[in-house]
Amino acid sequence: MLELYDGALNVPEILSRWYGEESSNNYGAYIPFVGTVRAEDGIEGLSFDVYEPILTSWFEAWVSKAAPLGATLRMAHSRGDVMVHESSYIAAVFSPKRRVALEMIEAFVEDFKASAPIWKYDLKNGQRIYARDRSTPIEGSGLLGRRE
Amino acid sequence: MVTIEFLGPIQKAPLTLEATSLRDVAEALKNDSEMAQWLESCAVAVNDALVASLDTPLENGDKVSLLPPVCGG
Repeated sequence: MLELYDGALNVPEILSRWYGEESSNNYGAYIPFVGTVRAEDGIEGLSFDVYEPILTSWFEAWVSKAAPLGATLRMAHSRGDVMVHESSYIAAVFSPKRRVALEMIEAFVEDFKASAPIWKYDLKNGQRIYARDRSTPIEGSGLLGRRE
Repeated sequence: MVTIEFLGPIQKAPLTLEATSLRDVAEALKNDSEMAQWLESCAVAVNDALVASLDTPLENGDKVSLLPPVCGG
């Protein structure tokens, strides 16, 4: 299940609710990853744009990959501003045994960073500045700029 | 007519233009000085599905989206 929120995530509520919702489904492992905004380079926080239609289809493709392994995926992400020391991202895998969840959380989070249609901005001196240097072109990018 | 929308940090209002394939969209945007810095790094979706070929056909009412480099989390 994919959850989007305006502003910072309520991490204890989300982790606890997911735990409760899956606790009777016979999973032996619950491995969450929580992304928190760090104080660095003088930022006051980060801000996010999310393109929900493609994010949803990307997430559903991962759900389909997880299902044959007996695993369930959960993800929560912020839209808009998230200040330093608040959290903007949670991903979690539930699986019958730990190995599947440990491997999947890494692959899922890495693909999320490379492919999920979310744009990050630094909040600095009252401005919202696109974090271009930290951003990754989605695989296949450049199609329209190709010289033929 | 197809609609071209620019996502995330590309500060540009949607465009509508006549196009029968993505090749027509590429030609139109290459002549747009605002877009020059973005074309090399954008992924392209047609009706919210990512595509990989300039020969992707377009029909009246289709939506083409340009997705600049991403950084979630």
